[in-house]
Amino acid sequence: MPQVTLTVNGKTASVEVEGRTLLVEVLRDKLGLTGTHVGCDTSQCGACVVHVDGKAVKSCTMLALQANGSSVTTIEGLAAADGTLHPMQEAFRENHALQCGFCTPGMVMSAIDIVTTHPQGLTEAEIRHLLEGNLCRCTGYHNIVKAVAAAWPVMHGKEAVAAE
Amino acid sequence: MNAPFEGIGASVRRKEDLRFISGRGHYVDDMNRPGQLHAVIKRSDRPHAKINSIDTSAALAAPGVVAVYTSTDLAAIGGLPCGWQIHSKDGSPMAEPKHPVLAEGKVRHVGDPIAVVIAATKQQAKDAAELLHIELEDLPSAASILDAIASGAAQVHDNAPGNICYDWHIGDKAGMEAAFAQAHRVITLDLTNNRLVPNAMEPRAALGDYDSSTGDYTLYTTSQNPHVIRLLMGAFVLGLPEHKLRVVAPDVGGGFGSKIYHYAEEAIVTWAAGKLGRPVKWTADRSESFMSDAHGRDHVSTAKMAVDKDGKFLAMHVDTLCNMGAYLSTFAPAVPTYLYATLLAGTYTTPVIYAEVKAVFTNTVPVDAYRGAGRPEATFLIERLVDAVAYDLGMDRVAIRLKNFIPRDAFPYQTPVALQYDSGDYFATLDAALKHADWAGFPARRAAAAAKGKLRGIGISTYLEACGIAPSKVVGSLGARAGLYEVANIRVHPTGSVTVFTGTHSHGQGHETTLAQLVVEQLGIPIANVDVVHGDTAKIPFGMGTYGSRSLAVGGSAMVKAMDKIVLKGRKIAAHLLETDVDDIEFKDGKFTVAGTDRSKSFGEIALTAYVPHNYPIEELEPGLDETAFYDPKNFTFPGGCHVCEVEIDPATGIPTIVNFVAVDDVGRVVNPMIVEGQVQGGIAQGIGQALYESAIYDAQGQLLSGSFMDYTMPRADNLPNITVATENTMCTHNPLGSKGCGEVGAIGSPPAVIGAIVDALKDYGVRHMNMPASPEKIWSIIQSRPAMAAE
Repeated sequence: MPQVTLTVNGKTASVEVEGRTLLVEVLRDKLGLTGTHVGCDTSQCGACVVHVDGKAVKSCTMLALQANGSSVTTIEGLAAADGTLHPMQEAFRENHALQCGFCTPGMVMSAIDIVTTHPQGLTEAEIRHLLEGNLCRCTGYHNIVKAVAAAWPVMHGKEAVAAE
Repeated sequence: MNAPFEGIGASVRRKEDLRFISGRGHYVDDMNRPGQLHAVIKRSDRPHAKINSIDTSAALAAPGVVAVYTSTDLAAIGGLPCGWQIHSKDGSPMAEPKHPVLAEGKVRHVGDPIAVVIAATKQQAKDAAELLHIELEDLPSAASILDAIASGAAQVHDNAPGNICYDWHIGDKAGMEAAFAQAHRVITLDLTNNRLVPNAMEPRAALGDYDSSTGDYTLYTTSQNPHVIRLLMGAFVLGLPEHKLRVVAPDVGGGFGSKIYHYAEEAIVTWAAGKLGRPVKWTADRSESFMSDAHGRDHVSTAKMAVDKDGKFLAMHVDTLCNMGAYLSTFAPAVPTYLYATLLAGTYTTPVIYAEVKAVFTNTVPVDAYRGAGRPEATFLIERLVDAVAYDLGMDRVAIRLKNFIPRDAFPYQTPVALQYDSGDYFATLDAALKHADWAGFPARRAAAAAKGKLRGIGISTYLEACGIAPSKVVGSLGARAGLYEVANIRVHPTGSVTVFTGTHSHGQGHETTLAQLVVEQLGIPIANVDVVHGDTAKIPFGMGTYGSRSLAVGGSAMVKAMDKIVLKGRKIAAHLLETDVDDIEFKDGKFTVAGTDRSKSFGEIALTAYVPHNYPIEELEPGLDETAFYDPKNFTFPGGCHVCEVEIDPATGIPTIVNFVAVDDVGRVVNPMIVEGQVQGGIAQGIGQALYESAIYDAQGQLLSGSFMDYTMPRADNLPNITVATENTMCTHNPLGSKGCGEVGAIGSPPAVIGAIVDALKDYGVRHMNMPASPEKIWSIIQSRPAMAAE
């Protein structure tokens, strides 16, 4: 069976996979990183979003072999070594942007990508539009939108609140 | 130094969040046991067919396969039980056909499980399932309610003639007929309540484990009520006594009702784990969830209101057909009866009500409670009927509601359909909602929208619902095969920290925080010193779980009772230590004090004394500080409120946009306002989903067309507005907290407000009512097909 080598949350891992093995299966089943979730089978829900070489990717829609040699960050790798949370994790907690927690890892990883790729600022409408790849059944998104807006100035080192 | 306020009323940030935001939650599919095997279920792709043969040989020979089971292998185990028995008008019990764990002889819906393949890996089990050779012979099917009741309809079950499960009624038929005969007018509305797929984000999963050294079974499952599953599966399906069966529902990723029920897969993995002596795990793919999780709603109704010339409601007649699906799910029969027809008075003084409910079997997935369970169906019917009355009489929608509201001073209020409301103030929630929504300013906004070529409408819903279903004695007399109390064990540890063992279950509601706040409030200790344990039958006492917004009103009340016992015992210990009479000891802010003095003992000192009883009234008092209480409510609780929705429609596309949504709810005592607001927002998102986007669609044969997230429209962030949530609370009068429940109000109150707004936006097109979902296609077709009447 082919071998895949990845750097996951800063650690190198080499695992045997089948050609059809998905990146999310490697993360969950081979590396025990169960924070990344699978909520659908049609690439619709975004519960499985991780960062591959810095970009948000639905890990249920990428073959493990496609990620060979890549650097992957999962929800487990966001907080600092001393446990300090990423500003987006902090914003989700502070704004009650999660209830059952199942969509949360993918939502947080997408939200970070959204904020990082929009250094010029984000309106509420833009945040809502950019979150359309992630489903949440609990919150009605209201507080998720608030959390993303709240994390923007922190992540960009600015005081002002981005969203209106 | 002032400690932060963490008791009742504080928006404490959730204790459970840290593990969820850092990827350390423990959901069932995250768990793996040594030697674990994987199960894949082979399901029917036909709505109704005879199973002529099943050839398992190729699957059994496939790599990694350990076993393949069909119904023949399960001959010794029982069918899935139904937890509620309804009796028809004529006194006969409902038709209750067997619900086999694996299909026996016939399949009755797309998704009906036929066989299970168990292999070393999930992929191997999936590959082998493709090698099963199953010969199905198609039978005619009954795909919808109306198909199923037509003459000559295909029969879903031999022992349910005409596909009727029950034909039930409630209320005063003769009184209704007399009032209708004399009424100024009778307003009639035909309406449907669309079929929904709950779609909790975590797909269902089950992991069975067996310890051959003790004969003990453990089932890890995505459940809202592990003790109920243990009882149903142990006693009725597998024949296992409770002490040999542990059911664990760890972190569960949303439920909304769909994870209340006992499902076939739970029994399969538990039974197979015993048979094979190895753990067996099954996790649903989303497409399996669509065809195996119980669906919600699916009613066809005719509603009639008799009114006098001033619009006063005189009598109501409701005739409802409801879909049970192919088999009876655990609580299905109760939903369209005691959780629906008993709510038909709503917030109004309608003096006479008669409702008839016919439950029908079809070749579709079983239908059971989904967020709101019966009350959204009742609310949609009542509120749409009230709007139709206003429309037909040319009355204002607010005025007709005010005219018919139950007055403030009429509580406790006995409705003509069994329920007695303890408290409420519908005028207050209406007033507040109209102000927040600037109802008075709407005509100007409508005109401004019209100037831009847009159609704007506003809708209102003044709803009431019932939570914390109880008391046990009453529900038993109505057909429940379970009690509906709740239990709490409060364990005070020797140094004064507390673990709460609750029979309720949190799958997103935040109980680890809210219930801990009750302890902070009553025992005066910091929230950091309180843990809440739920979801494991080996740890918690026998409780009924979480559904029907019952956890705080019922489960929280059990905690209050248990803590009352803790405080009383603490006072006795303090009286001994302080050498005074127990009546002289006051307990406040975590201190036992001799009244009128500064002599006191801290909560921690009393706890330590209870466990190290050296100086202790041992003759009169047992050591320890660990109390349990069961609480059986005297009545339901009755949350209610007013939702206002404003929409703008683009006539070129028919796309409606919600431009404002206001909810003012009465949920009784609020423990954590942040969590309540989140619950209401989430409920409204599901209500808006039902009103505008979601619908489970079957074709004429019974094939599920909306079977994935590609086909079933889940509301996304850009489909939803910001939602203004406020409360105007009256206290529940019969539980110690005064809390009523907030988990379902959003899903119950919102759909008629949304549809009311759409209908209002289209009023110039002669639209009086629209069924859900109000899709752009429906709206666009109306705009295209009818000339707009002259604007007012």
